[in-house]
Amino acid sequence: MSMPTYKVIGTRPVRHDGADKVTGRAIYGADVQLAGMLHGYVLRSPHAHARILRIDTGKAQAFPGVMAVVTADDFPRTPDRIVDLGEGETPLSCVRGNMLARGKVLYRGHAIAAVAAVNMHVAEEAASLIEVDYEPLACALTAPDAMRADAPVIHGSLRMKELGAPTDTPGNVAEHFRHVKGDIEKGFAEADLIVEREFDTATVHQGYIEPQNATALWNNDGRVLIWCSTQGAFVVRDVTACVLDLPVSQVKVTPTEIGGGFGGKIPVYLEPVAAMLSKKTGRPVKIVMSRKDVFEATGPTPGSHMKVKIGARKDGRITAAQAYLAFEAGAYPGAMVGPAGMTVFAAYDLEHVTIDGYDVVVNKPSTAAYRAPGAPNAAFATESVVDELAQKLGIDPIEFRLKNAAKEGTRRADGPKFRKIGCVEVLEAMKNSPHYKTPLQGPNRGRGVALGFWFNVGLPSSCTISVNSDGTVNLVEGSTDIGGTRTSIAMQAAEVLGIAAEAVQPTVVDTDSVGFTAVTGGSRTTFATGWAAYEAAQDVMRQLKERAAKLWETEAAGVEAAGGVFRSGDRSMSFAELAARLGETGGPVVGRGAVNPRGVGGSFAGSIADVEVDPETGKTTILRFTCVQDAGKAIHPSYVEGQMQGGSVQGIGWALNEEYWMSEQGAMMNSSLLDYRMPTSLDLPMIETCIVEVPNPGHPFGVRGVGEANIVPPAAAVANAVCHAAGVRLFRLPMNPPAIMEALWKPGGKSSQLVPRNP
Amino acid sequence: MQRKVHVRTTINNQAVEFLCEPRQSLLECLRDIVGLTGTKEGCNDGNCGSCTVVLDDRIVTSCLVLGVEAEGRKITTIEGIAAGNQLHRLQQAFLTNAALQCGICTPGFIVAAKALLDSEPNPDEERIRLWLAGNLCRCTGYDKIVRAVSECAREAKA
Repeated sequence: MSMPTYKVIGTRPVRHDGADKVTGRAIYGADVQLAGMLHGYVLRSPHAHARILRIDTGKAQAFPGVMAVVTADDFPRTPDRIVDLGEGETPLSCVRGNMLARGKVLYRGHAIAAVAAVNMHVAEEAASLIEVDYEPLACALTAPDAMRADAPVIHGSLRMKELGAPTDTPGNVAEHFRHVKGDIEKGFAEADLIVEREFDTATVHQGYIEPQNATALWNNDGRVLIWCSTQGAFVVRDVTACVLDLPVSQVKVTPTEIGGGFGGKIPVYLEPVAAMLSKKTGRPVKIVMSRKDVFEATGPTPGSHMKVKIGARKDGRITAAQAYLAFEAGAYPGAMVGPAGMTVFAAYDLEHVTIDGYDVVVNKPSTAAYRAPGAPNAAFATESVVDELAQKLGIDPIEFRLKNAAKEGTRRADGPKFRKIGCVEVLEAMKNSPHYKTPLQGPNRGRGVALGFWFNVGLPSSCTISVNSDGTVNLVEGSTDIGGTRTSIAMQAAEVLGIAAEAVQPTVVDTDSVGFTAVTGGSRTTFATGWAAYEAAQDVMRQLKERAAKLWETEAAGVEAAGGVFRSGDRSMSFAELAARLGETGGPVVGRGAVNPRGVGGSFAGSIADVEVDPETGKTTILRFTCVQDAGKAIHPSYVEGQMQGGSVQGIGWALNEEYWMSEQGAMMNSSLLDYRMPTSLDLPMIETCIVEVPNPGHPFGVRGVGEANIVPPAAAVANAVCHAAGVRLFRLPMNPPAIMEALWKPGGKSSQLVPRNP
Repeated sequence: MQRKVHVRTTINNQAVEFLCEPRQSLLECLRDIVGLTGTKEGCNDGNCGSCTVVLDDRIVTSCLVLGVEAEGRKITTIEGIAAGNQLHRLQQAFLTNAALQCGICTPGFIVAAKALLDSEPNPDEERIRLWLAGNLCRCTGYDKIVRAVSECAREAKA
């Protein structure tokens, strides 16, 4: 089947919000200023696990300039129920408990109380006067520690869900699930070579540059108005309404521009607190987190402990694969171990598989999604073992993966059967890339490859398009734009309408002004909101054909449209000419699209990394890096490349430097951007990209969604490269200089293999 | 509350006066008092570069400068980079190279990159990467930012 030809899709127009963002005019959450606005400050726990014996806010209340103080006691105590947070269901008690602690603090940074004052300095000073008596408790900081029989119990009421069923088992394991396919013992018996390894990954943060923020006004008409940076305005609306016990229609959320999210700006932390402070003061209240608060109190991604065992025959065919995944949920259940179980072996067509997953609460901040949540951890384990198998069997690592690659019809161990996917195509593109075809030379250098999968999601989206008399259209949508999606959505409408991308004016609006739209997450925005725009544009075209038919006194069915021109017989009219005549043919034309698409297409990505390891310091330098990803169809290739490059670099940071460095008492010791070391421009080469396009049959233009799969393989690729450079394999992330030196120096390490820098 | 200090300064070639508390940072004064919110706060401890401004021909992280230190100085913020309605070529290059995703770090990068090109019109890739190493971007992996600045350097060379 040949690819359809497009006029707009696949081009690279300047993004619609570009001028505002390069001039400083774009308004982000912290930029919101309202008349009479107060500033809020949240007091946080210095303990990782403690009982709250007493909170006395008297001195803070009396401090000059303070207008109100709130604690958990100020919030409604409605019965617990399950709420949808945007990327999954959670008990309301957990959402509420994470917002302001009640009874116990479960991690250092857990919110205790909030103060509203005339400015943020006064609010901060006053908060320091709040007296809290704690009874410190022992804490559990990693999954293996929290799973021990003698571990401190974090939630007294928690009972483990075992293989889908509730049990009476108390402890810190919220859930144990298992996926089984085939007969694992039979599979291992067929293997000529079995590799089994244990892996650990540290807690890491999404690292968006803009801290969380919220401004709220509890208006005199009873409505709560909120302005904030969020990945999902409707999630903020629904969660705020739940926590404040209001109908959703009483809450209006206006999403501002958002300074990065990567999944971390799906959870709601501040909005209901700011609203309650506003209710008490009658004035708008703005709260902006500090960077320390962002590290200590917003969702990082789980640290994990994993075991992966894979068997293969001499010919390179995998016979069986087994995984044990224990993920740290943080203070509340929901460790994203589910997605890890869905993706851990998804890249391979396997007959015998067993996957066990454990969701474990620990005394760290409640984890949140981070770009393909769970999958990079799992891929680090699987792809390291796959690399070792290929190495020991003497097979090229890409050839080894091709022999086992998932394809259309492959059934994953967790159930779903793949429709059309681009796994083989991604591997072929890696093999044929200029990078892989160029031999790597020089001492202390190594090349690693890895493969990753993310399933992507659909979820509801809404959109309206109204036609202007000058031949342009206004597009109204509800997906906050983190990386250029106004444009990728507008381009899909423009393609249908036969007009230029620039002739579509996209606007992201508040929750009163557009139909329900789920989060910007799950790589769904260009896919699902793009689809809503496609539907709205089809609706506009249907109406415009009717208008043309009216002008030409013919039947709408006889009017054809292509490339922005309407035709019937020998008569024709441009989109702009027809748009100018709407007034005389019946009035405005407004199209609508509301979708909940089922045709989600998963995306595969591959990384190729060349590294050099300094034998004297253990520092790893990325010499060259290539990301290959199946986009289905790249709507705006520049922004697809941008996703691939950004995800790759986050993965490189995860591989080499980033980690929550915890004290034994559960304090994060590196809660600044100096000590939590994210990659800088100087740490990196250019990131080469290769977009593969295996159209998703479930989307009108073949879109798959490209936000996430790219972060899945980089850490594993870098780990494999480090192994080939240094002669030692590391089983823990990050592979920072001390970790590499330790591996080289330990008995059996291979420090002698490395060539001294100055012989 | 602390007694406020009267500060006279020049921001984007315009004389500006404001009242601030001695403890307020220049970043806070620019954003909350003067109303120039294009300069962003990402960390408030000098590590992310989102609040980069030019202070008397030197780039600084404005979160580490006190508002009172602006007295008698000249400040250029992101709002002063374009010439009226005419975008600076760096701003244009950021747009055509898709060198921004969420855009929160973009003002800092453009201010820092302009300072680089003002002092060294023809920097090579390594020099650009070194100069911009004080500005963190979490979305782009820096590739397209470095390309955008390189393009402007090439134009200067041509």
